[in-house]
Amino acid sequence: MSTVIKVENLSKQYKLGKISTGTLAHDVNRWWHSIRGKEDPYLKIGEENDRTQKGRDEYVWALKDISFSVKEGEVLGVIGKNGAGKSTLLKILSRTTSPTTGSVKIKGRIASLLEVGTGFHPELTGRENMFLNGAILGMTRGEILKKFDEIVDFAGVEKYIDTPVKRYSSGMYVRLAFAVAAYLEPEILIVDEVLAVGDAEFQSKCLGKMKDVSRNEGRTVLFVSHNMAAIQNLCTRGIYMDKGRTIAIGNVEELTIQYLQSSKLSNSTSLSERTDRSGNLAIKFTNVFFENDRGQRLSSLITGQTVKFVLLFEKLIKDTLRNVIIALGIDDAYGNRITNLNNEVTDQIFQTVGNSVHSIEILINNFPLMPGKYAVTIFSSANGEVCDWVQNAFGFEVVSGDFYGTGKLIAHGQGQFLVNHRFKLNMDTSA
Amino acid sequence: MDNKNGKEWDLEITARSKALEFNFKEIWRYRDLMLLFVKRDFIAQYKQTILGPVWHVIQPVLTTVMYLLIFNRIARIPTDGINPTLFYLSGITMWSYFSQCLTHTANTFIGNSSIFGKVYFPRMVLPISVVISNLIRLGIQFALLFIAIVWFDFHGYPLTLSFLWLLLPVLVALIGCIGLGLGIIISSLTTKYRDLSVLLTFGVQIGMYATPIVYPLSYVKGKGYEWIIGMNPLTPLLEVYRYILFGKGTFDLYSVMYTLGFTVFILFAGVMIFNKVEKSFMDTV
Repeated sequence: MSTVIKVENLSKQYKLGKISTGTLAHDVNRWWHSIRGKEDPYLKIGEENDRTQKGRDEYVWALKDISFSVKEGEVLGVIGKNGAGKSTLLKILSRTTSPTTGSVKIKGRIASLLEVGTGFHPELTGRENMFLNGAILGMTRGEILKKFDEIVDFAGVEKYIDTPVKRYSSGMYVRLAFAVAAYLEPEILIVDEVLAVGDAEFQSKCLGKMKDVSRNEGRTVLFVSHNMAAIQNLCTRGIYMDKGRTIAIGNVEELTIQYLQSSKLSNSTSLSERTDRSGNLAIKFTNVFFENDRGQRLSSLITGQTVKFVLLFEKLIKDTLRNVIIALGIDDAYGNRITNLNNEVTDQIFQTVGNSVHSIEILINNFPLMPGKYAVTIFSSANGEVCDWVQNAFGFEVVSGDFYGTGKLIAHGQGQFLVNHRFKLNMDTSA
Repeated sequence: MDNKNGKEWDLEITARSKALEFNFKEIWRYRDLMLLFVKRDFIAQYKQTILGPVWHVIQPVLTTVMYLLIFNRIARIPTDGINPTLFYLSGITMWSYFSQCLTHTANTFIGNSSIFGKVYFPRMVLPISVVISNLIRLGIQFALLFIAIVWFDFHGYPLTLSFLWLLLPVLVALIGCIGLGLGIIISSLTTKYRDLSVLLTFGVQIGMYATPIVYPLSYVKGKGYEWIIGMNPLTPLLEVYRYILFGKGTFDLYSVMYTLGFTVFILFAGVMIFNKVEKSFMDTV
């Protein structure tokens, strides 16, 4: 199979802050350097793109020396945290912005689904928008006409095809938009997070279509998503980016695990110092630890044992808080939400939380999760206002234990959690 | 990689852009898109209005009535012996074509940044589609003007139909090119300096008074500010236009050559600046 995309030493520099102040001076300086045949003075400066720290420099490298190549028919998953440069890379590939240095060589027609529904005009009907959107994406009128029925069918909007799209429900709108894009026939397709939209049925339809496009029709797909399950399901190879650089390229399974471990479980900043949180901080979580039923601290949890999650917090407001809700969302290593622990479903909303309270304890009997790594998002609110909400606040590891009291566990790969159950033979008593 | 030797790439994306590249082939490939943009502009403009495209006719009629009152009755500015109604209507038709071409193409980057940010297509498609949709509008308004000319032919102001009328498309093309050229320059510069879009509104208003629309060029002859109006490349075009329609106008070869030169220059400069900006404007917009 031949190489269809070749990216060589690709870099992209952005200028931070207010665009208009100082740009004229910098423009003049750049121009002055260029007419004397010197190098652009602003290309040497610039720091890594780390969004958690405020940059000291005005210039930032969103991409720095990226090189890779993609072969025909490959589905390349691009993974990385927010700000890793994924979207910038796709923008350059889809030619909506140009690189600062380096080059990209492409063989075949390229089309992007950076965001579906581009150019949809609310006043135009579904039919008119299909043609407009298709043309924006590079199809000719004839091509759209040929696929018209298929597209309408895929989107499931036949009845409303001559209604202005401003009267569409948001679901219909997205389905129509995606359908137009899905029936494009480019050799290379760029997809960015479109799967975050639509209901579950439509999402699986989209995933199926993408699989179809790559496996059966031999098209090349570049896929960016934060949904690791989707990446693993679809992609044949991956590229893992961080702060504008390539960390690794290769086997998608290994990359997703590497990514998930770096982004969640080895978060070195302690909970009290985390800044990526939202809420009014009337309650601020500061630390988390785990205990067994005898009050001993645990470094990892054991399947089948009694476990207590202890959340320590600070109260930054002196008043007594009312109607306090606490929730913990537990994700597996692939980012799938496994379960949610919260005091609303247990009917234990704390009516009052006074100043003497310093921690919250959650008791779980017979801990049901299978061995593996998990991440927890914590949430708290008082009187309907969010107090503290930290995504992936902490992680924990579960090691195998005696859940069933038999010394046995279900085999690895047979599920993610355990359920207490009994078997029984029923005799035919009439015999 | 398996094929190192002499591989043919369909597309190469690099930092540098060619200054004077005008890819006709690519734009031609996107002709369907161009027409759909024209259609979109037309449909969207008059959706949920009762009169719809009739507004294209009402606007010049009302403006003509207003000008008749202000410039003819109150200010008593002469019209070169041309019937005042026809004088104003013809001027308004041409000026609104120019000013619409200019202001709408000047909005290319800012107004379409949401589309430009997501998909690639030759950016030039949009300003060209603006000019095309204005041509259609001009066609409608010109039909109105022609009807008025014929009507006045029956009411004492004779129609002067000649072969010169065949030159009208050339005139329209020149005015469209100036509007397009200036428009894409302004649109390129507004991506960085937004002040220009505010200035443009003023500029178009002032521009109308610096062009012989509500007065003939002969009226300013010998006045101190004549050179300002003479500098305006649109002036000779408007005078030629009136000469074709009504047989009266003030122009010479030099002024027409000046306008031709200006048009070529502004179009080249426009394409050059546009090409430079279209690659990177998403980072500054």
